[in-house]
Amino acid sequence: MTDLAVQSIQRESSILRALKSMALIRESVVGMIGLALILIWVLTALFADAIAPFPPNATIMPMASPGTAGPDGAVFWLGTDHIGRDILSRIIYGSRQVLLYAPLATFCAYAVGVPMGLAAGYRRGMTDDALSFLANVILSFPVLVLYIIIIATIGASAVNIVIAVTFASAPGIFRIVRGLALDLRNREYVAAAETRGETPWRIMFVEILPNARGPLIVDACLRVGYVIITIGVLGFLGLGLPPPDPDWGGMINETRQMAMAFPYMTVFPGIAISSLVLGFNLLADGLREVSLRD
Amino acid sequence: MMIFIVRRLGTTVLTMVVVSILLFLLLEINVEGVAIKVLGAYTNEEQRNIWLEQHGYFLPVYVRYFDWLGNFLIGNFGDSIRFKVPVGQILWPRLGNTGILGLATMGVVVPLSLVLGVLSGMREGSKLDRTISVTSIVTTSVPEFASAVLLSAVFVFYLDLLPGTSSMSDGFSLVQLIMPAMVLVLYDFGYVTRMTRASMAEVMMTNYIRTAVLKGLPYRAVIVRHALRNALIAPFTVIMLQINWLLSGVIVVEFFFAYKGFGALLLEASLNQDIFLIEACAMIAVFVAVATQTIADLGYTYLNPRIRFA
Repeated sequence: MTDLAVQSIQRESSILRALKSMALIRESVVGMIGLALILIWVLTALFADAIAPFPPNATIMPMASPGTAGPDGAVFWLGTDHIGRDILSRIIYGSRQVLLYAPLATFCAYAVGVPMGLAAGYRRGMTDDALSFLANVILSFPVLVLYIIIIATIGASAVNIVIAVTFASAPGIFRIVRGLALDLRNREYVAAAETRGETPWRIMFVEILPNARGPLIVDACLRVGYVIITIGVLGFLGLGLPPPDPDWGGMINETRQMAMAFPYMTVFPGIAISSLVLGFNLLADGLREVSLRD
Repeated sequence: MMIFIVRRLGTTVLTMVVVSILLFLLLEINVEGVAIKVLGAYTNEEQRNIWLEQHGYFLPVYVRYFDWLGNFLIGNFGDSIRFKVPVGQILWPRLGNTGILGLATMGVVVPLSLVLGVLSGMREGSKLDRTISVTSIVTTSVPEFASAVLLSAVFVFYLDLLPGTSSMSDGFSLVQLIMPAMVLVLYDFGYVTRMTRASMAEVMMTNYIRTAVLKGLPYRAVIVRHALRNALIAPFTVIMLQINWLLSGVIVVEFFFAYKGFGALLLEASLNQDIFLIEACAMIAVFVAVATQTIADLGYTYLNPRIRFA
């Protein structure tokens, strides 16, 4: 009898609850479209070897227009670029780069921004003043310029792009987390935890952070989309991932000079990157809509 | 009020100092790279060292910083390594060009997104609202370099209506301004529209609007005389911050269309580690950022009497 009573007030595991709240997204049409777009690209990236008709870096037939048949009968559905690489295969393999580095860079930015934001918002005082000033300094400077200077100085490589994104996005995340922490620190359960004698770090990460997750998940989606654009822009400016492996922004950069004669070379990578960013933006919009409802 | 402005000025100066120091230190990481960029890759270390010595790079960093700071304060921005002329000589005309481009962009973005945002927020959930909302998400999702490529393909390649570059080498030309401005408008209007919509939708939920509708006022009068006043306060702040965004948002567009503006200059300076040019551009960028933020705050307070200076 007592056993049952205890069981009935036990909550479902936190993982199950998180999954359930995530599943609410199916109530939003816009969010589902976004999720579908992202899933399409994730599957493309996972099964790139099976889907892509050609190796991404093989030079086969230069400047074939979309739909041309290749030497061994396979079709260049989206044409080939100036040195004869199949554009469709490059777009397919390019999705791997984007879907690896954009979430990774966003995650690193969160790993830096969240603890600082929590510390500033929960402790306030000197910590807050110092961190807020630092964040304001970095944010008062155009982000893109910051990326370009960092990359131009330390060189273009995958790791450096992640470092640059972390450095430039962490202040924005810091601001959001700080704002949320400032609000949540006054709740009763934080006071209760303080009375129990929990350590400040435990309060920040176990009491405050999980309750701030809603706005943070929406922000993370938007931010991944923005980081995809950033990586694309860096590639477009010739500061992206080193060649020859395909990178969508880099593909546009390489064929930009020929865009007037062969627009398809630049248009298709442009559509690819836009559709993925759109996916994340729609998902963020759907999540926001769902979270505002209840 | 005065205290607020003085405090802001103080923060501005402090921010500028910190940013300039950080930039100096950042560019310190790879000093040899500067010599390679200037002299070319096929030079030996001795030649590079001579160049670095001549340009004072072997002095301690703080000496060079204070040297720069002293000159900056009396209006001498130093010489550009890349262009080999005083920084001021190229900076101001470029800033003017970007001003023209920015003005053209904002001239379209502001009325367009305010109208769309108000129409959309007026009846939340209506067909028109959904169309406008989805359109604005789609257009903001297309990065500038992608929309530059797509629009060029349509208007320059297929329709052959507009020039594909905007270098303005034969003096100012309005036709050449269209493409870059169009790309910027396309990327930017969605954000302002969504912000306006959110603000408008919030106002439409308030009790005083309900009262106005219930007492039988014509719908048009409710919107124009009651709702708009409050709904347009938040977009004002957003628009001010867009001016700051434009300053760096133009980089990609100016690079793509070879437009000789501030963004392209900043890009070239950063790629070449042209320290004095970067510093001068950065100081302008920080100043614009803080100035627009201050105007936004002041305007917000002026427009919304419920907020008073703390």
